[in-house]
Amino acid sequence: MLFPISGAHISPIYLAIIGFFIGILGGFFGVGGSFIAGPALRAVGLDWNFAVGTDLAHIVGKSVVAAKRHRALGNVDLKLGLIMAIGTIGGAEVGAQLIQMLKRAGNVNLVVSVVSIVVYLSISTFMMWESRKTLSQTRLPKGTVKGAKAKEDPSAFKHVTSWIQRLKILPMITLPASGVTISLWVILFVAFVGGLFSGFLGGGAGYIRMPSMVYVLGIPTHLAVGTDLFEIIISASYGTFSHAVKGNVDILIALVMHTGAAIGAQIGAISTQYFAGPKIRLAFVPLPLIGAAIVIYTLITGHKL
Amino acid sequence: MLRAFLIELAIYAVLVIGYFFLVLHFLGGWLHQLELHHRYTYAGAAILLIIGQAVVLENVTTLLLRILRGRSE
Repeated sequence: MLFPISGAHISPIYLAIIGFFIGILGGFFGVGGSFIAGPALRAVGLDWNFAVGTDLAHIVGKSVVAAKRHRALGNVDLKLGLIMAIGTIGGAEVGAQLIQMLKRAGNVNLVVSVVSIVVYLSISTFMMWESRKTLSQTRLPKGTVKGAKAKEDPSAFKHVTSWIQRLKILPMITLPASGVTISLWVILFVAFVGGLFSGFLGGGAGYIRMPSMVYVLGIPTHLAVGTDLFEIIISASYGTFSHAVKGNVDILIALVMHTGAAIGAQIGAISTQYFAGPKIRLAFVPLPLIGAAIVIYTLITGHKL
Repeated sequence: MLRAFLIELAIYAVLVIGYFFLVLHFLGGWLHQLELHHRYTYAGAAILLIIGQAVVLENVTTLLLRILRGRSE
C-alpha cells in the first residue's frame, strides 16, 4: 500500500504486527521500543528521517493507551511525570544540538554508534547484576504475584538510592504517590540525562529513564514504568511536532502501527501485575542488548537493517 | 483473560480494516496536502490524530469488554 506522505510502499498488516510487539514491550517495561521500531521501518524501505519522526508519533499514541491503563492500576505519579517532562525536553534539545555539532564535524555515525553501544551494554550489565543480586537476597512469592505483593520492590542498590534521597539540595519535593521525598534538582537531572540520550540516540530513551527512576530516584519499578509512559506522552509529542515541522513524520504510517500497538500496550501493562519489581528489571536486560546488537551489526557491515 | 484478549483482537481487526478504507482513503490526500503546504497545521493535526485514535481505541475496547463481561456474568 502506498503511503503518500513518505512515498513508501508498506504492507499495513506488517505495520500493525510490528506495532503490536512494540506495544507489549512498551506496556510492560515503559519503553518506547524505538530501537526495534526504527530498524523495522527502515527494513521496509522508509528513509531514516521518516523512521525516526514517524516512530515518535506512534510512541505518543501507544504511551497514551499504556499510561491510561497504568493509571487505572495506580502506577502513575502525575506530579513526578510533569516535573520530569520539563527536564526531558531541555535534555532532548541539547542532545539534538550535539548531533548537529557532530554532523558538522563529519563523524556523527561513529560517535553515536560507539556511545550507544557503551550505554546499552552498561545498562544491561548493571541491571542484570542488580536484579540477580536482589532476587538471590530476597524471597519473592512463588508463582504469579498480584496487587500490593507485586509492588513490593526490594533492590540491592537501595543504599545508594537512600543516600541520594538524603541529599538536601533545596527545594525538596514530596511525591506522595511514590512515597519519596527528593531534591527537585535530582529529578530534573535524571530527566535531563534521559532527554539528552533521547535527542542524541533517538527514540524515547526509556531504557535510560526507567532504570534511572528506580535506582537514582528510588521510585518503585511499577510506578517508574507507568510514570515513564506518562512522561513520554509529553516529551514524544514535543518531538513529534518538531519532526513534523521538519517534514519527517508520516502520520498515516504511525496511525496504522498504533492500531497494533494499542492492544499490545494493554497486554503489556496488565502483565506487570503478575511480576515483582526485580523480575521486571531482570526481564528488561535483553532489550538494550538487542539495541547494541543492531548498532554493532550496522557498524561492522555498513548496512542498515 | 484469553477470551478478553481474543475479543480485543477481533475489535482491533475490524478497526484496522476500517482505517485502511476510511483514514488512508479519505484523510490520506488531505493530510498529504497539509504536509506539503501547511507544516505547522499538519504537525498539530498529526498529534491530535494519534492521541485521538489512542483514546477512542482504548475507550471503545473498554466499553465493549464491559458490555460483554456484563452479559456473561
